[in-house]
Amino acid sequence: MNPATSSTEPVDAPLVVGRTTLRSRLLVGTGKYATNELMRDALALSGTDCVTVAVRRVNLGRGEPSLLDYIDRSRYQILPNTAGCYDAKTAIRTAELARELLGSTWVKLEVLGDPRTLLPDPIGTLEAARELVAQGFDVLCYCSDDPRLGVRLAEIGVASVMPAGSPIGSGQGVLNPNAIRILLELIDKPVIVDAGVGTASDVAAAMELGVAGVLLNSAVALARDPLRMAAAMRDACRAGRNAFLAGRIERRLYANASSPLEGVIGGAAGGVLGAKA
Amino acid sequence: MTAPSQIEFVLNGERRVAPAGATLAQLITELGLRSELVAVECNGAVVRRAEHAQRRLAAGDVLELVTLVGGG
Repeated sequence: MNPATSSTEPVDAPLVVGRTTLRSRLLVGTGKYATNELMRDALALSGTDCVTVAVRRVNLGRGEPSLLDYIDRSRYQILPNTAGCYDAKTAIRTAELARELLGSTWVKLEVLGDPRTLLPDPIGTLEAARELVAQGFDVLCYCSDDPRLGVRLAEIGVASVMPAGSPIGSGQGVLNPNAIRILLELIDKPVIVDAGVGTASDVAAAMELGVAGVLLNSAVALARDPLRMAAAMRDACRAGRNAFLAGRIERRLYANASSPLEGVIGGAAGGVLGAKA
Repeated sequence: MTAPSQIEFVLNGERRVAPAGATLAQLITELGLRSELVAVECNGAVVRRAEHAQRRLAAGDVLELVTLVGGG
């Protein structure tokens, strides 16, 4: 066998959230695309197998195509959210309607504080999560990046703790990676960074922290070329995950040569590169 | 004013009238909606799809009819 030939591809365990197993660690939203066709194609290129949707009043004008006509339910797990809810009660009602629509107990819980920041309200979030867990939902819980809140959510039995990297749609990436790192040490549930991703390096950086996955929407839907960005996010998610699993080298202040220091031509036998007599 | 044969209710925040005795299933059909894409809440509680054909609208009902749309 030719010693220069190798074909080993690293393997990874699937992402298990509650009672569901996902192959991809990228979860992608379906909002803000210019067309349903563009959304469909971006989802396919992203490699995701879990897509988020929102619950809203029906449009009472007739004949509108449904988002669901563009989502292959045999390919994607659909994760309904409670976006737009500013109190626990409305979020719980929305989750119950989503369960009726999809026949599934999966829900991405959002209880927001105010429309300008869209920051999660931690008290309302905890209250709604407790009720939905009691009702048997698999709660994927959008929350702030406070590690202690994450612990409390894990204790009440959410399926995933999903801290915001930065405000929804802000594209600022993960602003407090240390909070995410601490959270990862404190809980055993899958942690999924949800919101704030701006570009591919944000996804890679988040995955390198060791989170189980990343959920994004605007960064793809509003990119100049959503299809190319979807592919970039797919690659970044895999790259970051593999880098985490591989284990990065330590940071050092000074250089550490990659090539042997011995045997450089021109000096005395056994001379060392750059060494002065 | 509503005629005796009609009832008034609230649908997604708008006042509406329907013939007395109309069912949720009839309302959904009348609105041109695909029933498999609609969930119904009546007075704060979900009405399961299997009950739509039997459930009659009552005067003063507050209905929410929802579906799935793009979101993150």
